[in-house]
Parts: sequence; structure tokens; C-alpha cells
Amino acid sequence: MKRGIVSLVFFFLLLAAWEFAAQSVAKPYLLPSPFSVGRYIWQSTGDGTLAMATLVTMKRLLIGYAIGLVFGIPLGLLTARFKMFQDTVGLLALGMQTLPSVCWVPLALLWFGQTEAAMLFVVVMGTLWSVIIATNDGVRTMPPIYLRAARTMGSRGLHTWFKVILPASLPYLVGGMKQGWAFAWRSLMAAEIFVSILTGFGLGQLLHYGRELHAMDQVIAVMIIIIFIGLLADRLFFSPWERFLQRRWGTGKLK
Amino acid sequence: MSIPHELINSSAERIEVADVSKTFVTKQRTVLALDRVSLKVAESEFVCLVGPSGCGKSTLLNIIAGLEQPDSGKILANGEEINEPGRDRMVMFQEHALFPWLDVIGNVLFGLKLKPGLKDKEREEVAKYYLHLVGLEKFHHAYVHELSGGMKQRVALARALAPNPRVLLMDEPFASLDALTREQLYGDIQRIWEARKKTIIFVTHNVREAACLGDRVILFSPNPGRIRAEFAVGLPRARDINSVELAHYSTEIMAALKGFTAAEGKEASE
Repeated sequence: MKRGIVSLVFFFLLLAAWEFAAQSVAKPYLLPSPFSVGRYIWQSTGDGTLAMATLVTMKRLLIGYAIGLVFGIPLGLLTARFKMFQDTVGLLALGMQTLPSVCWVPLALLWFGQTEAAMLFVVVMGTLWSVIIATNDGVRTMPPIYLRAARTMGSRGLHTWFKVILPASLPYLVGGMKQGWAFAWRSLMAAEIFVSILTGFGLGQLLHYGRELHAMDQVIAVMIIIIFIGLLADRLFFSPWERFLQRRWGTGKLK
Repeated sequence: MSIPHELINSSAERIEVADVSKTFVTKQRTVLALDRVSLKVAESEFVCLVGPSGCGKSTLLNIIAGLEQPDSGKILANGEEINEPGRDRMVMFQEHALFPWLDVIGNVLFGLKLKPGLKDKEREEVAKYYLHLVGLEKFHHAYVHELSGGMKQRVALARALAPNPRVLLMDEPFASLDALTREQLYGDIQRIWEARKKTIIFVTHNVREAACLGDRVILFSPNPGRIRAEFAVGLPRARDINSVELAHYSTEIMAALKGFTAAEGKEASE
């Protein structure tokens, strides 16, 4: 309760400082006041602009993220257990992970045109490699004693994969999924600000047009929405998982 | 509780180690961990392997478990050669090696679920029986991290016993526990051994522990790993680790252990 009040006071002071800055120091076209940002959010929520943009963005994000996981987790498992995959896919993932996925935008546009596929491609390139690497690291961190114990009890092959290796790496997999989510989110925003796709008008594009129209209240409003979606995803998807793992594994450090 | 047919004591296994050698090659040097070691363990015998670290006792246990392969020689179980892990030989490790993603009963059921020819209900009953045997009937659904060190090793013991192996291989299972917990477990393991009639091969570097538990104590020496001496402990069970009679045996074994380590030091300095 006390912590709640402290947070509340902190954010109230932050808003007050923002309002003060907007009124006295900065010109309104450089820094719009929190009230005009609030007005924009109210209006665009009312006419459905925000909801539509959020829907378009979330659809791209979720599909791209899902593709990244579906390919990334199995590939990460393979690179962790087989030298051949480690020396090929593993190495590729390590290199590709260092490349900000927005760098793929020119090629994606060339290959797929101004379509949803181009957007998805950029999101997948942002997610896939970090998920492969996180999964790989997770499996490698697993204590080998688990495998020995499982072998003496008669576990072999696929049974070992599904009943030992996969659950043993779960804490690290969740960490990898979280990291993959952060990468997917960042790549999509960069891509949406960078390119207009005719089939859908996402949050990034809304922000981009705010810039073109020099409507900084719109820019800041979209930024706030993006922050809220990020927080919400963390609370809805990842926090429950982390709490579950903490209860089972008993440590916070394995997050 | 009706005890299913699964819990009827199966006959224990006779283990024969025939001329086993094993070399480890590291970057710095080559270690002859086991040098033509031979050993016979009778059915239902409790044998303790003792020696300083590096004498190959754990390596031998791993080879009997089928987790490692000997360079030469072989292991026979009831006259048949073995070279991979089998359900007839269960292992208890120094670290509990329990799976944190399963609760206590889930861990005990892990090996049971891999054993064919049982109904799920029977498996559950068997798991409960062994958890009762190790005194953890109230902790079926606890998670591993909620248990104390001694309780974890009890679960590990129940897990090893559950598939009804004919041999139990124990690799310093009590080494990381405090003295009080260890003493309780000495009592438990003797009681369970009497009740379940297993052949037990128990590795330790604790001479007193070996004398307390073993029918026979086999003494190993390192570099190269060889069997140096053998002691039969003729005390009645259940034995108390602090008894005077036991002290007599452990002093004798300790003297032998010191004797050959000193002799070797002398050889080396000459």
C-alpha cells in the first residue's frame, strides 16, 4: 500500500514537471503539455484510430513472434545438442543477432513489396536469432547430472528430450522468449516508422504521421501507448510464467 | 494399503567385476583410474568401497551403473555381461539429482513410468509405499526446493528404490549432509536394506560410515586405482555409528589406509 502511494506521488510529480516545462521553458510545438496529449488519446480512442492501429500492430507482432518461437526453440535445442548444428546454425544466429533487424527493411521491401509479409519478415528476423541463442544457452546450462539420472532410470531418445531436457531448460526458455518479445517489439516499431504498408496502419505509422504533421501530442501519445502495451504484455504473459517457475524451482536467480 | 505384486521382493543380484581397467586422459597427464580390478559381490550383500579421492571407486560405480565403459575387462550381473544402464541397477548420486520441475511424488514416479507392465494406479501405490518407507508420506506434493538436504536424499532413495532394482549403487550419497541427518539416514538405510533385500554397493571416503554400513569394506588405493585390502565387519545390525565395537573396526581400516598411503609416500621419495 505504502509502495503504491510512493509510485503514485512519483508519477504525479513527473507529470507536474512535464506540465511546468511545457508552460514555461519549452515552446508548445517542441513539447506539448500533458493535457493536449491526454486530449489526443481521448479523441483518438473515441474515433477508433488508436484501437485500429493497435490491432494492426499487435497482429503483426503476435504472428511474427509466434513464427520466431516455432522455428527458434527447436533450432536452439538442436544447436545445443549437436555439434553440426552448433557450427552452422549456431554461428549464423550469433552473427545475425548482432544485426538490428531494421537493417532488413530495404531487402524485405524489395522481396515482398509494401505488404504484411515484409513487416512479418522484419519481425521474424528480430525474434528468431535471439530465441535460438537463448534456447541454446538454456539447454547448455542444464546440469548434466539430470541426464545421467534419467539414463539410469531408463529414459532414452525422445523421452529424454521431452521429459528432461525441455523441462530442465524451461527457466531459460522463458528468459529467451522474453528477450525475443523485446526484440520483436523493437523491430516492428522501427519497421513501421520506416515504411508505410498500404494494407494496415499500425502504431509506428501513426507516430510517423504525427511527425509529418508536426503533431507532437500525437507522437507522445503513441509513445505512451507503446509503453503501456509493453507493460501489459509483461504482466499478462511473462509475470505468471516467472511466478510459476519461482514457485517450482524456488529461486529468483534462474529467471 | 494393499501392496501390489510389484512390491514383492525380487531376488537380489550378484555382481562380478572382472579385470576392469579404465584410463582417463587429460591434457596434463594420463590417469590409470582402475588397474585390473576384480571384485565379487554376493546377492543381498552390502559392500562399501573406501579410499582416498582419485582411487577410482566412483569410476568403478559408474561402470557398474553402465554410465561409463571400461577400457578392458567386464561387469557381470548374475553371469551376464552388462554395458549400459539398466533398471536392475539404480544409482543414488552425491548430489540429489532430483528434477525441480516435478514434485516429490512426480520424481519418484519418473522411473516407475518408464517401467512397462504396470497400471498407473499401481505405479502411484508403489511410489506412495516408498515415500512412506523413507518417512516422507506427508510431502507427496512438495517441491524439491522446499525440502531439507536430508529429505532430498530420502526422495532420491525412494526414487532409486521405486522401480524395484536388484542392485542399489550409492555414490557418497550422504557426503553433503550434516552429521545428525547422516546418522538418521544410517539407521534408515540399514532398515530399508533389511526390508527390501537389495545388493548394495556403497562408495564413500568416510571409513566409519563404511564400517557402520558394510558387510564388507573394500579398500582402494590411488595411482593406479587398485584394491588393497578387504575387511569383513561381523557386527550385528542395526549398527550404531558411535558404538565402541564399530570404532574397533574403523580404527583397523584406518590404520591400513594410512599404512599404504605412508608406504607409497616412502616409495615415491626413495
